[in-house]
Amino acid sequence: MAGEMLLDVQNLTVQFRGDAGWTSAVENVSFQVGERECLGLVGESGSGKSVTALSILGLHARRTARIPSGVIAYRGQDILRLPTRALRKLRGGEIAMVFQDPMSTLNPVLTIADQITETLILHQSLSAAAARQQAQRLLDMVRIPDAARRLDEYPHRLSGGMRQRVVIAMAIACRPKLLIADEPTTALDVTIQAQILELLRDLQDELGMSVLLISHDLGVIAEFAHRVMVMYAGRTVETAPVRALFERPVHPYTIGLLAAAPRLELDTDRLPTIAGSIPDPASIVPGCRYSPRCDVALESCRNLPPAMGSAEPGHLARCPPRLAALGFAA
Amino acid sequence: MTLHPLLRRLVRAIPIILIVAVLTFMLMHLLPGDPAAVIAGSDASVEAVDRIRVQLGLDKPVVTQLVLWFVRLAHGDLGTSLVLDQTVLSAVMERLPVTASLSAVALAITVPFGVAFGVLAAYFRGTWIDQGVMMLALLGVSVPSFWIAILSVILFSVTLGWLPSSGYVPMDQGVGQWLAALIQPASVLALFQIGFLARMTRSAMLDVLDQDFIRTARAKGVSEWRTILKHGFRNTLIPVVTVTGIILSLLIGGSVIIEQVFALPGIGRLVVQGILARDYPLVQGVMLLFGITFVVLNLLVDVLYTMVDPRVRNE
Repeated sequence: MAGEMLLDVQNLTVQFRGDAGWTSAVENVSFQVGERECLGLVGESGSGKSVTALSILGLHARRTARIPSGVIAYRGQDILRLPTRALRKLRGGEIAMVFQDPMSTLNPVLTIADQITETLILHQSLSAAAARQQAQRLLDMVRIPDAARRLDEYPHRLSGGMRQRVVIAMAIACRPKLLIADEPTTALDVTIQAQILELLRDLQDELGMSVLLISHDLGVIAEFAHRVMVMYAGRTVETAPVRALFERPVHPYTIGLLAAAPRLELDTDRLPTIAGSIPDPASIVPGCRYSPRCDVALESCRNLPPAMGSAEPGHLARCPPRLAALGFAA
Repeated sequence: MTLHPLLRRLVRAIPIILIVAVLTFMLMHLLPGDPAAVIAGSDASVEAVDRIRVQLGLDKPVVTQLVLWFVRLAHGDLGTSLVLDQTVLSAVMERLPVTASLSAVALAITVPFGVAFGVLAAYFRGTWIDQGVMMLALLGVSVPSFWIAILSVILFSVTLGWLPSSGYVPMDQGVGQWLAALIQPASVLALFQIGFLARMTRSAMLDVLDQDFIRTARAKGVSEWRTILKHGFRNTLIPVVTVTGIILSLLIGGSVIIEQVFALPGIGRLVVQGILARDYPLVQGVMLLFGITFVVLNLLVDVLYTMVDPRVRNE
């Protein structure tokens, strides 16, 4: 684990308004991100990764979402209790976000320069001319060729990869301390994915940022993250340093995920899968949420909510039977 | 042959205008009633009526009349009114400023109010503000304009005496008087359209506010109002411009009724007079001009698109 804690999330619960009242999309999730650290957040779609990320910037619609409990401490300040104005200063200034689909995250009627300078003018009170110069430097930084000319273009003239570079340039404009990257490469071509990932890693080093990287792609996580948190149906099921997770996974879900990741050295026609799908938040079993899909589930798993247990320092898993079988006291 | 896209649209509009002309011609001739009898007066003899009919060329077969009308049109001649002692063109030109002023003032009232109400309703979606605005919009759309016109005259002209109840003052006799004469009819005319525009703006805005780039703007730390106005509103301009084009057409159409109620000597009144007197050339001429106006309006909307949407500009 690297350095001081920049972000400390404790017992975060996020609920959404549904037909049958409020249902929890994220429940009692806790994690930390240290200075210059990259935490990977892994899980299937619907596991609550993005919901967690959006909570950090307070980007849920007040009408349909609420956070009944939890603390999101950024440098010791609870973001959830910040007044709007202070929260806006954090957004884009201290904490920035890169979203999944660069085709829809840029405003189609504003030029690249408009969209990048907006952040600079807002948070650093730069003059329009200075902001424009800075925007050009940022485009250079994210390796967009011919930056001066690109500034006055509209997003639809750029390819997906170029747009994601613009989104990244916007995000790093004010040298944020924490970058939240929500599936930053998922919507891109495979060849572009590697470039964007490399760019993100270089920028992290260069700017000394912490990164919260959200992905369902274990390959991306393995390459980039220092620590990993695995989420399932709104709960943390395992959290560990990246090597420990890949080499000594504890939770059956993590093991299933790792087995389902395509590997070249295995010469098979079919990829292993985890049978079934993630449960709807409204119809969740009382015990372990993974138990309906788990190969090794016991009767007790279905009825008793499992507690987080420790396997080794910094490696926790929410599966008492497996922990016991591996010889760790649950 | 490659034409400028706008020019190409203009060329494509020609058959539409011709179809409008033919339809108007046929509709007029399908109406019962005889312009010769109207002109000759109620106690004219049959011979006198026949004489007038021959004079006007109305004894010829309908198809011949249509062909003759088109031949004259090709020479730039809209013909002469049967009842007014005027050419159709001069009759229209004389009344055009009234209708143009009325529509322009009505549009100038409609757009800011309609857009503002729509944006407000979208921003306060689901609250009493939204419901209130939508209720008023519904009221504006459902209540017939002549009725509102009458109520308005009772209140503002009769009871309060603030505004003239009828008549028109040309702009060169003073902008203040011109506006005073028009503000009431234009407001009544606008009321319906404000509701329509507010509803369209609201739904366009709600669509845009769900887009990812709005979330991006919020994540950048942009304030809520700025997000709505800078990032949201600019993207709703495309549907709003379309609707505004339609609204201007509706305003011109709606002026027919309003000009009657407020005794404004505009084209709307002219057309009503023409229809009642079976003044074929007059009605045909005005309808043709209406058709051309709508085509030009649509073209204008297309030009505006290229100004508000960079994606259209580059095509």
